[in-house]
Amino acid sequence: MDFINNTLAVFPALIGAVPVVLQLALGAMALALVLGLLVALARISNFKILRAISTVYVEVLRGTPLLVQLVYIFFVLPSVGVEIEPIPAGILGLGLNYAAYLSEVFRSAILSVEHGQTEAALSLGYTPNKTLWKVVIPQSFVVSMGPIGNYFIAMIKDTALASVIAVTEILKTANILNSQTFQTTAIYTAAALLYLIISLPLSRIVIVLERKARAIG
Amino acid sequence: MAENTVISIQDVHKTYVLSSKPSFWARITGRTQAEKRLEVLKGVDLDIHRGETVVILGSSGSGKSTLLRCINKLETIEGGRIYVNGHLIGYEEKDGQLVAEKPSLTAKKRTDIGFVFQHFNLFLNKTALGNVMAPLRDVKGLSAADARKKALPNLEMVGLGDRAENFPSRLSGGQKQRVAIARALAMEPSVMLFDEPTSALDPELVGEVLSVIKKIAQQGTTMAIVTHEMQFAREIADRIVIMDQGVIVEQGHPEAIFTNPQHPKTRALLKRSGIVPPQDK
Repeated sequence: MDFINNTLAVFPALIGAVPVVLQLALGAMALALVLGLLVALARISNFKILRAISTVYVEVLRGTPLLVQLVYIFFVLPSVGVEIEPIPAGILGLGLNYAAYLSEVFRSAILSVEHGQTEAALSLGYTPNKTLWKVVIPQSFVVSMGPIGNYFIAMIKDTALASVIAVTEILKTANILNSQTFQTTAIYTAAALLYLIISLPLSRIVIVLERKARAIG
Repeated sequence: MAENTVISIQDVHKTYVLSSKPSFWARITGRTQAEKRLEVLKGVDLDIHRGETVVILGSSGSGKSTLLRCINKLETIEGGRIYVNGHLIGYEEKDGQLVAEKPSLTAKKRTDIGFVFQHFNLFLNKTALGNVMAPLRDVKGLSAADARKKALPNLEMVGLGDRAENFPSRLSGGQKQRVAIARALAMEPSVMLFDEPTSALDPELVGEVLSVIKKIAQQGTTMAIVTHEMQFAREIADRIVIMDQGVIVEQGHPEAIFTNPQHPKTRALLKRSGIVPPQDK
């Protein structure tokens, strides 16, 4: 009983960190969506140089740990004169990293749109650019909705990594609390539960979105 | 070019390159493979006049669909010229050579050419009405209200006014094809091209699509239709064109073609469709 009471008692102190987590995740997701789409377009473009740059970007960002990337942005960049506050640094690191993964989602979604859709648009007088933005990309979003949702949930959990670059999100708050009270079990159990409380409803939403997407496709 | 000519196809050549990429084995042995080329159009000439309904018949592989797709540059050509309303389609002429024109220019010319595909190609993320409205908004730049005003009568014309809010996944094949026809018609093109419009349909759905096409023909729309529906061709065509192996072998009034075919390929084609010309009886 004590364990449950202690855990519950820690919640109010941790809940204060939830807005920070949401700020990180939403900010980074916005960055990752925009950048991810641009990288995806670069990867399928006609220009060799764009294809090369975007391929290197994806390989580097996926081939090194997110934790290392965050540390790099926060601790190494200042040595070349670029100092970024903890939260913006967290958003930047998470966003750049997830952009690499999302670009792959977008790329395969764009390529999965049937060629007949493109031909129909062209035959109706759409320019190639309009065909891409008005016909192909909107349909690729339908396909990528589920994977994007899953990456968003993963990102919520990855915000915990920002604790190493001085962002007082849930884990960092728990660490501070622990060093003051030493209620290790209660504190970290509460922290874990808090992540679960955020991500469970989100995964329900993703399932609904996927079902909707299937109904259209 | 006669004044009432809408489409003028002049000596068009088209070749498909079947294997431009050398195989893995060819690459590591350094032996380059000979490219496989298939000449599908070997110099086709055809004029289609205002208000005329031309039906193109031929066995599969004769090049009839390719010819239709060349008219709005869904296919490139290597030689010859295609004019629609006097505009050279897809190319500019420089010193007697064809040079690909800017895609935006081709796009503009395509708004004047309606195309109906075998597999409908409706935009899957839009309702029936949304499909008809989309090009009016995106290409013609109409407001949502104006596009709607223009789209609805076209949907009603193909008998689908009550299905406006249905997504393609909730429509039958015949209904999808009728929406596709409405979508093309709403752009008010000066010519409509139909590429085997009923070939992907269940037999019981063919009739509803053919009757819509007939209705459009009766309104005096200029049309070119590629089909395998012989009876339909005979009823609707002002002129029938027979293609075989990339060339036009015979053309003429449907009654002449059906009752007194001249070319052996025409006779063979009619025979395969169960139509025996009187002289062969």
